Amino acid sequence: MNVYIPLLTLAGLGMLFALFSVSVTSLTGPKRYNRAKVDAYECGIEPTPQAVGGGRFPVKYYLTAMMFIIFDLEIVFLYPWAVASDQLGLFGLAAIMLFLFNLTVPFVYEWRRGGLEWD
Amino acid sequence: MIILPLVEPPPIELPELDWLLLGPMALVLGAAVVGVMVEAFAPRSSRRTIQLVLTFGSLIGAFVLVVLAAGSGGPVMASAAVIDGPALFLQGGILLVALLAALTMAERHVDPSGDAFAARASAMPGSEDERQFTARGYLQTEVWPLFLFAVGGMMLFPASNDLLTMFVALEIMSLPLYLLAGMARRRRLLSQESALKYFLLGAFSSAFFLYGAALVYGFAGTVNLGGIADAVTAQPQMSGLLLGGIAMIAVGMLFKVAAVPFHSWAPDVYQGAPTPVTGFMAAGVKVAAFGALLRLMYVAFAGSEWDWRPAFWVIAALTFFVGSIVALVQSDIKRMLAYSSIAHAGFLLLGVIAVTPEGLAATMFYLVTYGLATVGAFGVVMLVRDDTGENTAMENWRGLGRTHPWLAGAFALFLLSFAGIPLTAGFIGKFSVFAAAAAAGEGWLVLLAVLASAIAAFFYIRVVVVMFFSDPVGDGPAVAVPSWFTRTAIAFGAAATLVLGIFPQPVLEWAAQADIFIR
Repeated sequence: MNVYIPLLTLAGLGMLFALFSVSVTSLTGPKRYNRAKVDAYECGIEPTPQAVGGGRFPVKYYLTAMMFIIFDLEIVFLYPWAVASDQLGLFGLAAIMLFLFNLTVPFVYEWRRGGLEWD
Repeated sequence: MIILPLVEPPPIELPELDWLLLGPMALVLGAAVVGVMVEAFAPRSSRRTIQLVLTFGSLIGAFVLVVLAAGSGGPVMASAAVIDGPALFLQGGILLVALLAALTMAERHVDPSGDAFAARASAMPGSEDERQFTARGYLQTEVWPLFLFAVGGMMLFPASNDLLTMFVALEIMSLPLYLLAGMARRRRLLSQESALKYFLLGAFSSAFFLYGAALVYGFAGTVNLGGIADAVTAQPQMSGLLLGGIAMIAVGMLFKVAAVPFHSWAPDVYQGAPTPVTGFMAAGVKVAAFGALLRLMYVAFAGSEWDWRPAFWVIAALTFFVGSIVALVQSDIKRMLAYSSIAHAGFLLLGVIAVTPEGLAATMFYLVTYGLATVGAFGVVMLVRDDTGENTAMENWRGLGRTHPWLAGAFALFLLSFAGIPLTAGFIGKFSVFAAAAAAGEGWLVLLAVLASAIAAFFYIRVVVVMFFSDPVGDGPAVAVPSWFTRTAIAFGAAATLVLGIFPQPVLEWAAQADIFIR
């Protein structure tokens, strides 16, 4: 049973955090209602009834979403490296730097080719 | 207060990097990354030149490194991959195929408006944007880094030594191909449709592979192929986890090699994709995926051979029969070649079923000869054209042998090699695979395969008859005059097909020396 204690603790902490953040935002957040607030998703895209132009979504939206994944992945791998960096030493540093460089390449490509300009 | 038990993690062993063995892959993938940066910083006018230098430089450099590394080998990157005889032989084959495919991709003289790829893949087909981009002579030079990424994935695929590396290699190989398939300059809707089909079905097959890998991990407790082999031998009775895992991994792999019943994407994708990409895909993916399938079946699952062999037996028979019979009724050259490649996947499965060193050597030889002939054959398909692009309807090829004897001769040579006629490389490959399967006790399957080859020979010869023994319609088929890029690719493919058919001994010996997988 003992081995499950960390897992259960983690699950409990996760639940507490979810409850905490939902209740704190509903208690302390400003309540200024506008059109965007009543949308099903407040994400910059009109999900219903249908987007302008026959249900087409602007492709820039996906570019931004993919950018998010680039940085998300960066964190996912940086974190375990940071925890074990003393064991991994110079090899680990070189490897993570190579990884960061490779992650930057698509970002630079997108920036240079105008993918970051919204209009 | 809960006290969390702290488990001291085992010390991390840093992997050794053997740069000679990793060199070929590192060079190709590194060149691809540099290629992306070239797209970001180089001015438009010089991009094509830089990309061509990068592509050919890295492919030739990687081939030289593979030749230098020949004879050495061992696990690399903490056993995530293993560079052994078969891996090096197949990497050399993939690089040769890629070089020829790159030559056909670089062709700019066949289409009056540019190369085989859309001026801007993002412009909507038929739009004013598309017309303007084409009129300004834009070229989508991103195809070159994408191509190099695919080649890098293909090289890692047969060398991967655990299921996760294999999956990563599968995706590095496939994702650029999905994109490249949708980038044709002509008949763009067909091309985009084929890309979407390829992507969706490919994503499903990847999911199958991954789920299978998870089940096998559940059985063996490791994703390392050697470790799986040990777990299989240690447990002689049947295990649902293992069987389910093998089945699902096999579905993923058989999809990639287009074996029946996972073949339905192949004709549509081969037809829709830009023809140089079709040639590259048909040849390269088959070499890489069969290399990986051989490693899986020979190393990891050899211990449960009697469980998966019957299923593979049925799939092989279905594949060569369906491929050969459906190819009979095709009226489009590209679709006919697609069904022919399905039939070849069936013949190649005989080598997988054999599970002997001879079977491995024979399959590798077959793969390389098939790959070189395939790129050459699609190179010829690029050249027969009309106003709207390539003219792939078979009746328009009537009399090609009278008007363009050299071109038709080369195509006939490729077809005869596919058919397995003596004095071509295809005969030696087919013969050695059949011999290896027969020696492994699969006499009945070999008999069926010979029967299917006879059926297949009929439709190959039919094209030869159409080209040489029927009168041309009007002035005959219009054939574009290619630059030396395509000429070299077709000539090299034809020369290799002929030379390996008459003097196969040296290459057969290399394959025979490289017939053991290192665990």
